[in-house]
Amino acid sequence: MATRTIAESVPDARGRFGAYGGRYVPETLMAPLEDLERAYNEARSDASFRQEFDDLLHNFAGRPTPLQFASRLTQYLGGSKIYLKREDLLHTGAHKINNCIGQGLLAVRMGKRRVVAETGAGQHGVATATVAARLGLACTVYMGAEDMERQRLNVFRMRLLGAEVIGVDAGSKTLKDAINEAMRDWVTNVRTTHYLLGSVLGAHPYPAMVRDFHRVIGREARDQILHAEKRLPDWLFACVGGGSNAIGLFNDFLDDANVRMVGVEAGGRGTALGEHAARLAAAAGFAGAKPGVLQGTYTYVLQTADGQISTTHSVSAGLDYPAIGPEHAWLADRGRAEYTAVRDDEAIEAVKTLAKIEGIIPALESAHALAELMRRAPKMRRDEIAILNVSGRGDKDMEILARYE
Amino acid sequence: MNERTAKLGTATQTRIGRRFKELAGSAELGIVAYLTVGDPSLVATEEIVLAAAAAGADVIELGVPFSDPVADGPTIQRASERALRQGTTLANVIDLVARLREKTQVPLVLFSYFNPILQMGLEKFATRTQQAGADGVLVTDMTPEEASEYRATMQLHGLDTIFLASPTSTDARLKLISEASSGFLYVISRTGVTGAKDSLPEELPAMVRRARKFASLPIAVGFGISLPTQVTVLGGIADAVVVGSALVAEIEKAPSSTAAAEAVAARVKLLKHAARHGLSRRDANA
Repeated sequence: MATRTIAESVPDARGRFGAYGGRYVPETLMAPLEDLERAYNEARSDASFRQEFDDLLHNFAGRPTPLQFASRLTQYLGGSKIYLKREDLLHTGAHKINNCIGQGLLAVRMGKRRVVAETGAGQHGVATATVAARLGLACTVYMGAEDMERQRLNVFRMRLLGAEVIGVDAGSKTLKDAINEAMRDWVTNVRTTHYLLGSVLGAHPYPAMVRDFHRVIGREARDQILHAEKRLPDWLFACVGGGSNAIGLFNDFLDDANVRMVGVEAGGRGTALGEHAARLAAAAGFAGAKPGVLQGTYTYVLQTADGQISTTHSVSAGLDYPAIGPEHAWLADRGRAEYTAVRDDEAIEAVKTLAKIEGIIPALESAHALAELMRRAPKMRRDEIAILNVSGRGDKDMEILARYE
Repeated sequence: MNERTAKLGTATQTRIGRRFKELAGSAELGIVAYLTVGDPSLVATEEIVLAAAAAGADVIELGVPFSDPVADGPTIQRASERALRQGTTLANVIDLVARLREKTQVPLVLFSYFNPILQMGLEKFATRTQQAGADGVLVTDMTPEEASEYRATMQLHGLDTIFLASPTSTDARLKLISEASSGFLYVISRTGVTGAKDSLPEELPAMVRRARKFASLPIAVGFGISLPTQVTVLGGIADAVVVGSALVAEIEKAPSSTAAAEAVAARVKLLKHAARHGLSRRDANA
């Protein structure tokens, strides 16, 4: 019997998931990354840290989240049994809070009194602002100007929570540009500030650390499905922007070869470069993804032939990013997880379906995974079991949805 | 890296090494000038580089524009955006080096983020860069830990690899960075991104002294340097200063490429004058 699970075998000491990952940052950030790695390694084996983390997850964030049998959706699709992992029921409305609590506690532990973060859809920004308020940390959130427009309500929420929200007018005015600004802020204020990165992205140890803070999703889902069905699921579905909710759900099932995993990217409005945010779904005809280095890590990146990072498009701000977490690139190469993409209009239809059939309005991000599940479930046998991660709720997307009415 | 490449690395001396030797011989502080290639156009950059060299720049860094320049401040980011709107590519930058080499022997360093180089391929990049006549490469987001293949490839082609040292670098890291560097060591004056500032951090002299303990290479200090007074102060401390955003800002506000070349040349001359003055002060103190 192997003593280490697949999940525990990566990353290696240099932060590599196979060929992917590593550390590609300005030198100013190297010592702080080494400090962070050391602090994280100490914290994770410290019982008092784990206890504080678990306590906040339980009493502040609202864990465990339910694993709900979606009986009406199951009946409607007429195939596999469908369960919903309800991360949308967490405090602040998405899985993002798991990681923010973990990193917030780590910032306090390292004596940093300020956090900076970036946000696309606003969910990570809201979660960061919330945790910063709870822990008494100063908080600055960078957000692309286009995303600020798309997610006005979340901007308001962050400001109400005491965070400073700074709009980024550079480049495509979306998540990628917000990350650049957050990195610049961190480079400048590195001695007093922790960069609370919002997904399984960036330089080592971020992809591993963020994964570990989200593993609770899969751990709960595993216990819950074993309790409900007395067996493991056949399928897991999750959306993939940077990929944190998917990694969180997948991780505790990686050694179970019969559990098939599907990560769903943003297919946007077309397959041409600039029209989508599909990095690993090249088989479906999406153009422009190649391994490269962006924002600290080596992974699949949407780019031009001469190595400039491409613009992307998605109706959901949270999936609108040109790179993908390095662990996903590794899982894709190994064939352990499968990656597909769903168009904007399919995701919007999926939101409406779940709203009408189950009384749940999912985030547009999560709706991408749902749309893929809706494609496939009818072809599955009735004794198959699928779990869909409802990574966040759709309250933030009302204005966007209204435009499609 | 194998023994052969390591030997080659020490055996070769590029134009950069020779220029620093000359500077040391004449007790003169070097001026390293950074320019973003393709801003406002490739033709203009050629004119501006030649003007900077004629004005006394000792080494010229040719910035490869990149869409996501996380280590740069707004001035150089805007220059990159202008250059990219012109369609400037890494291949264009290398072609420019070849054209410049027909007209000047000033040491040339390609200054880039890693992804464009990675997409061209390390071997192809090194071969073409060497053939064009460049002397060294500096990759902003490349760390010594990730650099073994990169360094080996550049060394095989006789290209210096310049790495950055930062005020946050520990002694262990300064050792690593110094060992990975050739040509010169680039010491960042402060935490933060590129951009002109009026003053220098108080801890800078101590930082450079700390770097000297680990590096036998010449040391160039950069980030935030734009004024003759800053250069004068560094005369007793560093071997060269890097001036970037201040030159790029001159180009940004110039009404024509000829005016840009004149403004850059004037600024380089001013700093070079201060550089000579600064060194004489060190001699006086010695």
